[in-house]
Amino acid sequence: MRSFLEIYFVEIVRLTIEHLLIVIAAVGTAIAAGVPLGIYATRRRRPGRLVLRLTDVVQTIPSLALFGLLIPIPFIGGIGARTAIIALILYSLLPIVRNTVVGIDRVDPFVRETALALGMTPRQMLFGVEIPLALPAIVAGIRIAMVVGIGVATIAAAIGGGGLGTLIFRGVAMVDTRLMLAGALPAALLALVADAVLSLVERRLARARGEE
Amino acid sequence: MQPAVEFRDVDVSSSQGTPILRGIDLSVEQGSAVALIGRSGAGKTTALRLVNGLVRASRGSVVVEGKSIERHDLVALRRSIGYIIQAVGLFPHRSVYDNVATVPRLLRWEEARIREEAERLLGELDLPLPIYGRRFPSTLSGGERQRVGIARALIFSPRILLCDEPFGALDPIVRREQQEAFVRSRAQRPTTMLFVTHDLQEAMFVAERIVLFDEGAIVVDLQRDRFAASSNPLVRRFLESARLPQEAS
Repeated sequence: MRSFLEIYFVEIVRLTIEHLLIVIAAVGTAIAAGVPLGIYATRRRRPGRLVLRLTDVVQTIPSLALFGLLIPIPFIGGIGARTAIIALILYSLLPIVRNTVVGIDRVDPFVRETALALGMTPRQMLFGVEIPLALPAIVAGIRIAMVVGIGVATIAAAIGGGGLGTLIFRGVAMVDTRLMLAGALPAALLALVADAVLSLVERRLARARGEE
Repeated sequence: MQPAVEFRDVDVSSSQGTPILRGIDLSVEQGSAVALIGRSGAGKTTALRLVNGLVRASRGSVVVEGKSIERHDLVALRRSIGYIIQAVGLFPHRSVYDNVATVPRLLRWEEARIREEAERLLGELDLPLPIYGRRFPSTLSGGERQRVGIARALIFSPRILLCDEPFGALDPIVRREQQEAFVRSRAQRPTTMLFVTHDLQEAMFVAERIVLFDEGAIVVDLQRDRFAASSNPLVRRFLESARLPQEAS
């Protein structure tokens, strides 16, 4: 076992970092797109529902099938990390968009009414009241996106996406349990750590807003 | 002197077209305090919300400080009108001080001036700034929250003050203390006030003129001392219900 770790340690670390970077790139993009989309959905109900339906549909496509669907698409598809990141962005959109909508909708209508009655412009209300109050819910969405993303990203190795899945698939091909675990354990650990850290952020934000 | 608020033959309908107010005529003198009373659903809250444009008239005109509400910049107008409601609507993510500073900051007052005014007003309302300033709304009692709401509405010396059942959720003893603190604070600042309540005693305590709403229309509009003598059957019922049982026996 010692010699195994000596041989693979550097590669495990490299792939863990790669794995994390793929997920962060994807979730980061999904936040940049999903939060504004969620805000838009609370302002325009009809197209908003369509946005939620679409992200819902994407979520139901099995991950390996989604990779398969993306590969033949020109420019965004192909074999490699880019396709993997795009698939992960699509997966991350749903929890982020939906939680943004829920968070903003849950703002006490009387708080919204007084904000308006005190002479806040719609923009001041959005940035000063609605987004700050929706923040715990938005962070909860990001947490779900991260945890799901770390899991799905292991499958991305099947289409040459890199990351810890590479070790798992190699382990399966070589019938080498140690290699499989060298990919699976760090991936599971990453998901647990991401979940714990973001839960903490979420709880702190909620507490600062007087929620239990 | 032009009236502060004037309704001229105002109708309001709900979005489904159901009438809420019918043919409302009301003129409120500058600096006067008027109570709008009536049973739940009588239309008094809707009438109040016409003044700051939260509700639009479907017919007739609403004139605020000599200018039709349509011609007002609503954001600017609302920053000159205090608004206090039963649910208070404090911002849960902001401290007591930051809640009270809301409108002055929108008006770009200097922070030193905001602090000075907040300290004075919160002191008057028995919420000393050094003790309460940094606390969050979730840590306050109902009565304290309500007073923070009052401070938030009074700090910028609004020309018009709109109150909707501000003490409705409080127990009778706290309620009376709040009413007294409120009347004291308002006495320092001459504002025009419209005050919605279903409690006749409260109306008599805070306002000199009583306007009674029923089923979307004004049925009685009298000075406080003459209101009690009115023979209108609904007024009689309000007076009866305000009386204690042992007085009747």
